[in-house]
Amino acid sequence: MKECDRLVALGRRQFLRSGVATAAVVGIAASAAEHGARAATSLARVEYPAKRLANIKDLKVDQPVTIAYPDDDSAGVLLKLGRPVEGGVGRDNDIVAFSIICPHQGFALNYIAADRTLNCPGHYSRFDCEKGGQEIWGHATQNLPQFKLQIDAQGDIHAIAVDELIYGRLSNVL
Amino acid sequence: MTYKRNVDRLPIPPKDATVHNVVCHYCIVGCGYKAYSWDVSRQGGKEPSQNAFGADLTKQQGAMTANWYAPSMYNIVKQNGRDVHLVIKPDHDCVVNSGLGSVRGARIAEMSYSETTGTQPQRLTDPMVWRYGGLYPTSWDDALELVAEVTRRVVEAQGEDGVIVSAYDHGGAGGGYENTWATGKLYFKSMKIKNIRIHNRPAYNSEVHATRDMGVGELNNCYEDAELADTIFAVGTNALETQTNYFLNHWIPNLRGASIGKKKAELVGEPHTPGRIVIVDPRRTVTVNACEVEAGKDNVLHLAINPGTDLALLNALLTYVADKDWIDKSFIEQHTSGYEKMLKANRTSVDEAAKITGLDVKQIERAASFIAEPKGGKRRRTMFCYEKGLIWGNDNYRTNGALVNLALATGNVGRPGGGCVRMGGHQEGYVRPDPPVGRPATYVDQLLIEGKGGIHQIWGCDHYKTTLNALQFKNVYKRRTDMVKDAMSAVPYGDRAAQIDAIMGAIQKGGLFVVDVDIVPTKIGGAAHVLLPAATSGEANLTSMNGERRMRLTERYMDPPGNAKPDSLIVAGLAHALEASWRRAGKPEIADQFKGYDWNTEEDAFMDGYHQHAAGGQFVTYARLRAMSTNGFQEPAIDFKDGKIVGTKRLYTDAKFTAADGKAHFMATPWRGLQAPGKQAEKEKFAFLINNGRTNHVWQSAYLDQQNDFVLGRWPLPFIEMNPDDMNELGLKPGDLVEVFNDNGATQAMVYPTPSARRKETFMLFGNPKGVQGDVVSKAVNELLIPNYKQTWGNIRKLASAPEAAKGLSFKGQEYRTA
Repeated sequence: MKECDRLVALGRRQFLRSGVATAAVVGIAASAAEHGARAATSLARVEYPAKRLANIKDLKVDQPVTIAYPDDDSAGVLLKLGRPVEGGVGRDNDIVAFSIICPHQGFALNYIAADRTLNCPGHYSRFDCEKGGQEIWGHATQNLPQFKLQIDAQGDIHAIAVDELIYGRLSNVL
Repeated sequence: MTYKRNVDRLPIPPKDATVHNVVCHYCIVGCGYKAYSWDVSRQGGKEPSQNAFGADLTKQQGAMTANWYAPSMYNIVKQNGRDVHLVIKPDHDCVVNSGLGSVRGARIAEMSYSETTGTQPQRLTDPMVWRYGGLYPTSWDDALELVAEVTRRVVEAQGEDGVIVSAYDHGGAGGGYENTWATGKLYFKSMKIKNIRIHNRPAYNSEVHATRDMGVGELNNCYEDAELADTIFAVGTNALETQTNYFLNHWIPNLRGASIGKKKAELVGEPHTPGRIVIVDPRRTVTVNACEVEAGKDNVLHLAINPGTDLALLNALLTYVADKDWIDKSFIEQHTSGYEKMLKANRTSVDEAAKITGLDVKQIERAASFIAEPKGGKRRRTMFCYEKGLIWGNDNYRTNGALVNLALATGNVGRPGGGCVRMGGHQEGYVRPDPPVGRPATYVDQLLIEGKGGIHQIWGCDHYKTTLNALQFKNVYKRRTDMVKDAMSAVPYGDRAAQIDAIMGAIQKGGLFVVDVDIVPTKIGGAAHVLLPAATSGEANLTSMNGERRMRLTERYMDPPGNAKPDSLIVAGLAHALEASWRRAGKPEIADQFKGYDWNTEEDAFMDGYHQHAAGGQFVTYARLRAMSTNGFQEPAIDFKDGKIVGTKRLYTDAKFTAADGKAHFMATPWRGLQAPGKQAEKEKFAFLINNGRTNHVWQSAYLDQQNDFVLGRWPLPFIEMNPDDMNELGLKPGDLVEVFNDNGATQAMVYPTPSARRKETFMLFGNPKGVQGDVVSKAVNELLIPNYKQTWGNIRKLASAPEAAKGLSFKGQEYRTA
C-alpha cells in the first residue's frame, strides 16, 4: 500500500510540475484494439480520455518523465529512446509511455537507462521499454500496459488509450 | 510484436459469488487460491456492498491488494452445465503464498477449458480410437472395451510383463491422492505389473533413494524453517524460478532480515542475524541475483562449481566441519550410526575439492563457516535443500547421501531453522499398494526400445518430451506403434473380433498397442491407438500435499471438458471392462481380481485409498479438508480435535528416524568422477556443456502453455543461453536457431545471449515440445536407474537466422537491475 501511495504522490508532483492540463483534448479519439486479442475474449473497450502529457521539446533521450494516465492515480513514464521502437511515435518513432505500476503486485517500477528497462523492486520483474513493455523476466501474467500516444501539430504528446489492464483497477478508466 | 490482450475492463465478482478452495495444481509449493464464480448474466458493482471483496472499486487499489485480479485470472466456464464467470486469484489468507501469484499459477483461469472464450481448445473431450487412418471420437464403453480386450489378450500371450505402464506418482494436476491410489490399485493389486515407470524417469524408483535409505524422508521440514535458518544451503535449485512463492514469501524475508522478530520469538537464548545463503550451481541464476540484491553480496556465496562435482564439494565440507569440530556430537552419538566409517570413506581435503570443483579453497572454507561455525557459543541453524541440479546430476545416489551426511553431522535434521529437503517439482500425492518392482527397478524405456511388451498404458506422461535418449525412443516407438495402426486400418473398425486379431497379429511381430490417458493430445499421444480424456484439478476434487507436506483439497469449481473424467473414475471403468473381459473369456478367478472399484465419485476413490491406507488417513475426509481451506494441515495427521485435523509441523523432532532401528544412518559416499557410463568420454569429445532446466514463464513441459499466447509471446521456441563470445565464434545472433548434436541425437533451440554464462557452458530449456533437450541425453543412468540429464555435452551449429517468431523478442539480460 505504501509503495503505491508513494508512487501516486510522485505521479501527482510530477504532474503539477510539468503543468499538464487536465482537460481532455478535443478531436483525438481512442482507436480500437489494434492487435493480438482473440475476438472471443475481447470485451467492449472503455472510453479513454485523451490527455496531454508533455511537448516533444520537453523530452531528452533516456530521461524519463513521470506522468499519469488515464487519471492522477495511475502513474506512468514517458520516454524518448532515440531509436524507433514498438509503439513509438514522433518523427523518430521513439517516444513511448508505460504504466509504472507493476502488473504483478503493484509496486512502482524503476527505469534503468543503462538497458532501457523498467525494474520492479518488489519481486524482480523486468520489462523492456524497447519491446512494447515485454516482460523480460518476472511474475506478472501480462506484459506492461503501454499508453497509446498521439502527437498534435504543436508537438504536444497525448495519451489516448491503454493496451492492457492497469494493476489495481478492474476498469482502466475508473 | 509484444502480446497484449487489449482487455481494459473485467467483470466485478458480486457479493454472493460462490467461493471454492483452490491449490495451484502446478508446482510443489501449492499456493492457495480462491475461485469465485457467478452466473454469466450477472455482475457485481463498484460499491463495497456490491462486490465480493467488500472494497470501494471506484478507487485505485494499492500494492499487494486483495481487491484486484489480472486478465489471466479470468474466464467463462461451465459449472454444472451453466456458463459462469470464473475468477481464480491468489488467497491472501494462505500461509504458503500470502496472496502472491506466480506467472504460472496466476494463469490457472486462463489455462482452463472454455467453449466461450476459446481457451485450451486442445483439451480432449471424448475418448478417441484409431480407425480409418486417424483418431476419431467414440464412447467410453467402446474405448474401454477395446483396451480391456487387448490387455487381456496381451496378458494371455505374454503374461503381465507384456503390459507396460507409464504413470505419474505425484500430486497436483495429472496426479493427486485419488488418482495415484486408483492407478496403484489397478496395477499393483488387481494386476502385478512390474514393468512400470514414473512420469519423468525411465523406471519406478525414488529420485532420492539415498536419503530414504539413511532413514531421513526427503520432505522433513516446514517452509517457516527458511525464515528461521541462519544459513540456507541450496544445491542445484533455482528456487526463484521453480518454487517461486516459497522463495519470495519465506526465503527473502530471512535474507532481508524481516524475519528476525520471528527468530527471536521462536528461538530464544541465541543470537540472530539476517539469513545468509550458499548456492551451489555451475550457472549464475536469477535466484543468485535476487539473493545478492536482498542480502548483500557478503551474505551470499555462489559456488559455481564445475558441473557434476557437487559430491567432492560436499565431502570436503563434511571433512572440514568435522576437523573443526563443528559437528553435533551428542546428536551423532545418540541418534545415528556409521559416522566414523563414513568420515573415513569420504575424507576429502579442501585442496582436493578445490581442484575437482574449480573453486578457491577460501570459498569452500567460507561455505563451511556459513554452514556450521558456532554463533556465540550456539549451534548454527542451517537448512539444506536440493533439487534437480543434484537429482538429475552426476552420481545422484551418493551426492544425495553426502548432503544428508552434512545435515546430520551438523545436527540440522528435525530442528527449527534446519531440515534437509528436496525442493520438489510437482506436489506430492502418493498412496498405493506396494509395487512389485525390484531394486533396481526395470529400465522400462529400454524395454520398449528393445521391442518388449505388447500394450503400453500411459497416464499423464509424455516420454517424447521428457525422457532421456529421447530420439532413439521416439524412432523405435513410432515404428512399433505404426505397425499396429496399419494393421487396424486394414480391418473395418466395427468388426471387433477382426480388429483384436489384427492388433494381436501386429503385436506378435513386434508392434505395440498404446493407450494414453491425458488432458491434451501429447506428443507421445500422437502414437497412441486409444486416447482417454481426463479431467484436471478443479474439474474434479483433488487432494495433494506440498513441499512442507501441507495437504489441501482443491474443490471442483468447473465441469470437465465434454466427456472427460477424473483419472480415478477412468481406472474404475477400465477395471470393470477388464473384469467383464476376463469373465467373457471364461476366467472368473482373474475377473474377480478386478472387483473393488465401485466408485461413483473421486471422493469414493479417496476414501478407499488415502482415508484407509495413508498414515493418519483415518482423520482425513473431504469435509474436514474443505473446512480447513487453503491452509489445510501438514502430514501426517495425528488427530482430529476441536473441528480440525491435527498435523505435524516438522518430522524427526523426536530424533526417531524412519530406518528400522529408528536411527539415521550415515553413508559412505566417496567421489568417483562422472559416474554414468560414457559421460566422461562425451565431455572430452564435445565442446559445449548442454546444461538444462526450467524457466519462469513455462510450467513443466508446456503442455498447457503451448496454447497460451502470453507465454508463446515470450518463448515461442526453447532457448539456449550462450556466452556472447561463444556466439561470435559460431557467427550467431540473438534468436538464431541452432542445432545441438552429439552421438545420442540432435535437437534445436533459439540462442539467447547470456553474458553471465561461462564459456562453453550453455543452458537449454528442458522438455519443450519445439526442441527436446532429452534428444541429446545418453541412456546412461546411475545404479538405481536415475537419469543424468545435467551432464550432457554436445556441439552446436547454426541452422537458420532468427525465425519470424523470434523477431519481436527481447534478448536483454534476465537479472533484475538497480542501476
